[in-house]
Amino acid sequence: MTGTIPSAGFRVARSTRASKVGVVVALPVVGVLVAMPYLFPAGIQQSLVQLFILIIMGTMWNLLAGYAGMVSIGQQAYIGIGGYGLVAAANLWRVDPFLAIFVGALVAAIVAIPVSFLIFRLSGGYFAIGTWVVAEVVMQITSRIPGLGGGVGMNLVGMTALAPTRRIAYVYWLGLALVVLAVVVTYLLMRSRLGAGFTAIRDDPIASASLGVPVTRSKRLTYVVAAAGCAFAGGLLAISTLQVKPDSMFSVNFASYMIFIVVIGGLGTIEGPILGAIVFFALQQWLSALGAWYLVILGVVAVLLTLLLPRGLWGLAADRGVRLFPVGYRLILPAADVRRKA
Amino acid sequence: MDWINAAAQGVLLGGFYALLASGLSFLFGVMRIANLAHGASVVLSAYLALWVLELTGVPWFVTLIVVVPLIAALGWVLQLSVLNRALERGGLAPILVTFGLAVALSSLIQELFSADSRSIPAPGLGEASIAVAPGLAIGVLPLLTFGIGILVIVVLQLFLARTRLGRAIRAASDDASAAQLMGIDTKRIFALAAALAMATVAVAGVVLGLRTQFTPVYGNLVLIFAFEAVIIGGLGSLWGTLAGGLILGLAQTIGAQIFPGYGVLIGHLVFLVLLAARPSGLLPKAVTA
Repeated sequence: MTGTIPSAGFRVARSTRASKVGVVVALPVVGVLVAMPYLFPAGIQQSLVQLFILIIMGTMWNLLAGYAGMVSIGQQAYIGIGGYGLVAAANLWRVDPFLAIFVGALVAAIVAIPVSFLIFRLSGGYFAIGTWVVAEVVMQITSRIPGLGGGVGMNLVGMTALAPTRRIAYVYWLGLALVVLAVVVTYLLMRSRLGAGFTAIRDDPIASASLGVPVTRSKRLTYVVAAAGCAFAGGLLAISTLQVKPDSMFSVNFASYMIFIVVIGGLGTIEGPILGAIVFFALQQWLSALGAWYLVILGVVAVLLTLLLPRGLWGLAADRGVRLFPVGYRLILPAADVRRKA
Repeated sequence: MDWINAAAQGVLLGGFYALLASGLSFLFGVMRIANLAHGASVVLSAYLALWVLELTGVPWFVTLIVVVPLIAALGWVLQLSVLNRALERGGLAPILVTFGLAVALSSLIQELFSADSRSIPAPGLGEASIAVAPGLAIGVLPLLTFGIGILVIVVLQLFLARTRLGRAIRAASDDASAAQLMGIDTKRIFALAAALAMATVAVAGVVLGLRTQFTPVYGNLVLIFAFEAVIIGGLGSLWGTLAGGLILGLAQTIGAQIFPGYGVLIGHLVFLVLLAARPSGLLPKAVTA
């Protein structure tokens, strides 16, 4: 028997014990989150919407950097397009704001396609700055269109018909639904051929390309999905604050937040950005009294984590085999089963 | 005459952009990393010069004696403590580390010097100009900036091409392990290259402070302009960076001549068009740098 692999007896595992427990735990958690508006005051719901925005942004940035290896510091282009798209569709064309968020996401996805052809000519850190230039261009053009409020921006007017408590609850549910959507889409994408392709590209880009992994096409698809996802985050931001302004909707601070979230939580896992967003959100509340020092601390923490704990906080858990969203394939050899039986 | 004037201003502005970009271009040429903290370092140098000037009351050019060695030392220390490790890790690490440094630096500047916009006073220099032709005057400061920009690039290029140390830097850049076999301590060489790049950053910072009102977040714009000059010119080529700076400067001033107020946006658009048309830049890897 030794030396030969038995044709039967081994199996490929796609779930882990933690992921099965995770589903059992996650369902009631999501249930409680859904019931929040009935249980807690509006202030808490509004804070949670801010957290949801961070989770979506972190998840999308991780999709780009953690899986597809593209560091963007220009996703604020799509956050802004999402926010402006929502407000423009709601104000100018009288679309229901809760549907108008899809207009912003669609526009972002469409813009992302030609943009990807341009910036994919750059790589590494220069790709990162290239995305930033695109975001600057989009912001400058937006702030010069009088119909979009120019440099002053616009207020979202279609929401005044709703009573505030109802409006806040609806926005909260929208945010929760978008977080679930972002996580589920990322999970499904990374479990699919696309995810397997990215694993291959990460290990050896040239070999995987020669084996027929569509490197550029996979990256482009990911870039477009991340653009739409960030536009949803921007739409959520606009519908919760009821206004859009060029310098705040296209702020490069969003890029910093996304990077901090993913570096803290852990690159290349689905759990990492969620954990990172929660930690970042807590840090924001605790350190806000420190003014700019808090960004000094975050910057230094990002440097240290990248060098000392490159897989972030979630990496500590993943090293112990805890995976709530297993996207890989693990081979369970019969030897292990035999040993267990013996 | 307006057009000639715009073109002349554009060329001079281009020299300034080449100066801003030289450190970024040099560091990429040596280590193949894009230093996202480049802009923040330039602005830090400007604040440092202002601080020295206010403390001692010396004229602006004397501040260089303090600022250049200090910022170069910062580059040396950062390379040995942080960037060499990031290079070893590879992948996304250098990008994330330099980004973290950029955020930390610009926030630190804001805490130390407040968010107000400042500039380095140079009595008489800002207003002085030379009348070249009737209706065409060239400012002394832009001309000086242009000269410094060309000088920095020529010196860097000659240093890399002609000196023993420059050869060691090129060797470490081309093949680090082979260079190590030849007895070159690549980590020290990279630290030296970082110090040199940061010395040019310090000069760029002082000149920036003379020319413009700067704020702690002005580094963002510096990084973007420097990056555009580097990419237009072609990665890894210092002469290309000079050409890229000139094109960007011309695009902005001539663009502003056609559409007043749109100069910077037109500069970005020209950059994007050139990226589409000539993705590897004007002078790609013309010289090993």
